[in-house]
Amino acid sequence: MELRMVVCVKQVPDPDGPPSSFQVNQETKRVTPQGIPPVISPFDENALEAALRIKEAVGGYITLLSLGRGFSKAVFLKAMATGADRLLLVEGNSLDPQALDSWSTARLLAAAIKRDGPYQLILTGRQAADTNAGQVGLGIAQLLGIPSISLAQKVEVVEGGLRVERVLPDGYEIVESPLPALVTVSHEVGELRYPPLPAIKAARSLPQDSLRLEDLGVNLLGNLLQLTRLAPPSRERTCVLMEGESPEEAAEKLALRLLEDKVL
Amino acid sequence: MGEERATLVLAEVTSSKNITGHTLELMGLGAKLAEQDQGRLRALVMGSGVGMAADELARHGAEKVYVADHPSLQSYHPELHLMVLKNLLAKEPFSILLAGHTSMAQDLLPRLAFQEGCGLVTDCVGVDMDVSSGQLLFHKPIFGGNAIASFAIKSLPRMVTVRARVGEPPEPSLSPGEIIYLEMGDPVETKMRITGRVAEERQVRLEEAPVVVSGGRGMGGPEGFQLLNQLAEVLGGAVGASRPPCDAGWVPSTSQVGITGKVVAPNLYIAVAISGASQHLSGMVESKKIVAINKDPEAYIFKVADYGLVGDWQEALPVFTSKLKECLQERG
Ligand SMILES: Cc1cc2nc3c(=O)[nH]c(=O)nc-3n(C[C@H](O)[C@H](O)[C@H](O)COP(=O)(O)OP(=O)(O)OC[C@H]3O[C@@H](n4cnc5c(N)ncnc54)[C@H](O)[C@@H]3O)c2cc1C
Repeated sequence: MELRMVVCVKQVPDPDGPPSSFQVNQETKRVTPQGIPPVISPFDENALEAALRIKEAVGGYITLLSLGRGFSKAVFLKAMATGADRLLLVEGNSLDPQALDSWSTARLLAAAIKRDGPYQLILTGRQAADTNAGQVGLGIAQLLGIPSISLAQKVEVVEGGLRVERVLPDGYEIVESPLPALVTVSHEVGELRYPPLPAIKAARSLPQDSLRLEDLGVNLLGNLLQLTRLAPPSRERTCVLMEGESPEEAAEKLALRLLEDKVL
Repeated sequence: MGEERATLVLAEVTSSKNITGHTLELMGLGAKLAEQDQGRLRALVMGSGVGMAADELARHGAEKVYVADHPSLQSYHPELHLMVLKNLLAKEPFSILLAGHTSMAQDLLPRLAFQEGCGLVTDCVGVDMDVSSGQLLFHKPIFGGNAIASFAIKSLPRMVTVRARVGEPPEPSLSPGEIIYLEMGDPVETKMRITGRVAEERQVRLEEAPVVVSGGRGMGGPEGFQLLNQLAEVLGGAVGASRPPCDAGWVPSTSQVGITGKVVAPNLYIAVAISGASQHLSGMVESKKIVAINKDPEAYIFKVADYGLVGDWQEALPVFTSKLKECLQERG
């Protein structure tokens, strides 16, 4: 039987943008990106790369699933062109990523997966680059009642199920699980391959489906967290710059200054 | 909350079976939060042979310590540890569940939260009480640290994973709390199996080092890190890195400092050839003193540093290291 995989991907403002491109509005409690493009959240790209490698190794069919609003066609075409087979979008005005918490997001995604399935393998990034919460992947698995493994640095489909290398603070562990299962993927897996230009054009003709909130059933919107305040980070300090004729001279001054100030 | 509900700290133990420093900080934080809930603080410790850790918890403010002691809990297993917590929550109502933002809790708490239908705030960098609403607010970085969000949690228990150094270790209590061993039942069949572990040895743990010397993409290769090793050795510190050197394999991936790596707050953090991306800053910005060495005077890292040196590390580092070595030797 063909291995059916779904990779959950989220569109976010490019997290590599400089600090000035994330405008924090305390009034509306929203972050407004300035002059940075939308991208697929990087760990979700890693998840897609993991799926592509599995497809190369044992075959399979990859559905990309995204939930949100204001989708950029170009972003998804490029992701599809790396070797995915189908796009499934859950789009709606009420599906504002900055207004949904992990609980709502995972419930919606789990409902979409259940409706669209069955799937043998669900892949997500370890955490989204905007919320940095790291809950949705494990949450989906819990809601669907399937095993899940977090922080994968390598994912293989083997006889009888999955073999995953899971990142630990001082190394990794090997976890084996039957399918169906969910894996959250870390960047150690490797970057998403770059699609050739013709593939991006060809991706337009790949199957694409969409679901609306109404299709997923009612009462899925209901946050457990309430955002009460949003503030810019207070991280800036006053920096004493070491002057010198040369870097060597400045380095010597820096050493002496650290000792003088009893930093060392 | 008028109801009788306690705050529960999820304790973790070191390889020598003591409670971790991070757990002690949670006990301090938990005691403060519990004051608003009739002052009842409890703790749960899971593991194999964790009696000593339980005693420590009982002597550090826990009114009750729940102990799940079983060989199968020796190292973390998602299904087994989840089951212990689930069973405990079914018996006892809690108002808050505090865990560290550790490898274990990052995996366990989302599972528990979704199992119980509870709200969870991960990677929390501060907690305080909003006086006007009487709500507890949990602060966490979002957008890679470019904004700090404050959340109230509408469900009970409020679940949270907290970074190191948010709480302060409490004074030992005069009368130790009660220790309750949880019924463990028969071993269960798990779906997932952990079949191997590969760990590297580190002389100084990054998170505990008093000085951290980190290199970035601008180090250009593994050779540059030799100089950082020498500097770290002189200062009795550990070597860290931003993400690119880890991705490139110049240093082990376990050296990564940042929002998806280690969070450190040493007395001194030296950032060499690191530009200061938010995701990196998130992991080191709480350091007592920060030194930046970068050839680009516009690099954002200088905005968060206490001391800066604009220049090429290849020229600056050898002198910096030998001068420090000389002076520190003189001082003895
Ligand atoms: C979701 C997500 C999570 C992430 N998590 C992390 C994380 O946990 N930790 C992390 O570090 N990053 C993380 N990143 C990556 C992060 O966004 C940055 O890309 C990364 O931190 C940049 O590393 P850098 O400063 O070393 O490299 P660069 O930004 O390329 O900076 C290199 C610096 O070196 C300087 N330089 C070059 N040559 C020299 C020289 N000879 N002498 C002196 N200076 C020199 C340059 O002026 C420049 O400032 C994450 C990114 C995303 C999207």
